[in-house]
Amino acid sequence: MNEPTIDELPGAAERALLGPIHHKGPGPAATGWIDPRRRRHGGRALALHRLTGMVIVLYLYLHLGVLSMLLIGRSAWSSFLSLVTAKSFLALEAVLIAAVLFHGLNGIRVALVGSGIAVSRERALFWTATTIAAVASILAALHMLGAL
Amino acid sequence: MSEPADTRRFRVFRYKRGDGGERFDEFDVPVGPHSTVLDALRWIQLHRDSSLTLRHSCLHASCGCCGMQVDGREELACVCSVQDHGAQITVEPLANLPILTDLVVEMSGFFARFPHEHPIIRSSEAPADVERGEGIESQHAEVVLQTDITLHHHPLHHLHGAAPPGADFMRLEDCIECGLCLSACPIAATSQEYVGPAALAAAERLLEEPRGVKREDVLAWASRPEAVWRCHVGFECTKACPTDAIPAERIMALRRELMFDGNEGKDAKR
Repeated sequence: MNEPTIDELPGAAERALLGPIHHKGPGPAATGWIDPRRRRHGGRALALHRLTGMVIVLYLYLHLGVLSMLLIGRSAWSSFLSLVTAKSFLALEAVLIAAVLFHGLNGIRVALVGSGIAVSRERALFWTATTIAAVASILAALHMLGAL
Repeated sequence: MSEPADTRRFRVFRYKRGDGGERFDEFDVPVGPHSTVLDALRWIQLHRDSSLTLRHSCLHASCGCCGMQVDGREELACVCSVQDHGAQITVEPLANLPILTDLVVEMSGFFARFPHEHPIIRSSEAPADVERGEGIESQHAEVVLQTDITLHHHPLHHLHGAAPPGADFMRLEDCIECGLCLSACPIAATSQEYVGPAALAAAERLLEEPRGVKREDVLAWASRPEAVWRCHVGFECTKACPTDAIPAERIMALRRELMFDGNEGKDAKR
């Protein structure tokens, strides 16, 4: 008589049932990378890199949409310019500059580390990129708001 | 004289099939200066709720069984001191693996990620019931032992890549296969297809010491879309690893190999 295989043993079907997959983060599994509370600097850098990437993509589409106002005429463009030179709008541009700076500088870090060139300097590169991005963003914001 | 105890509140993740889904139960546990999280969980089992299920074995960070999340960070409960945590300690199962019950996850999905077509085994670790012929020291005999006998003929090798019943151990040195790296990995959180840090580290270890496995085969395996290029340089795996197997650094070494030296792997990319 043949021995039963592991799949034929009593209770095999019940044992094959699995529970949910636990994950970090507040939402569905696909957002497991986004919650910074349970991450270290590398995970937070990854989350910030993705979020700033989304900001940049959103800006690009907005930019193309705004440029299409030129097709409407001079008056539409002039009224739009008065809106974007308001200080509240410039604050949004400061956020955009910060996003571009972090994304670009962290992208250099990712390229250097991810290609195996500066693996042991990974943490130092993160803090260097973050510090440069923060300082440059503050200076740019002050300049745009007329404080410099 | 017994040690003076203070009390910590443990929020413990609970899940039983068909029992109303996931929840947290709270227990006040007396702890001493040297208590570990595993000590506390076993105390809960003994004195408060015997239905609490967890997995543990060696009690000294060697077997990798008791991996779980403690306050959101991956830890081996047997060496995780309660004193390193606050008045309330949250304990959850590992992330990114299916839960079987309470703090126990199904690990077969973790082992299935390893490149079982390139088994990592030394002749000294071969199953005891494998007859070793003369010339086993030769590379050819070792390859036969590794690839044909040890794994490929065993009915469970497709499931978890582990040794057959009665066999000696087989594992990547340093890696205790606890799954903490996979739980910490933000990419594994978004993709179940990603092979994960431990398997990639094992592949890189094969490049260091091929043991008869073809280097180009390992590189081809590692260069698949769901393998080395899915890593986003988070380094969470290395930080979580309890044995300093440095999986992230090994993944970067694999990439460097593929980019600068590994022309063999390029042809195999899908």
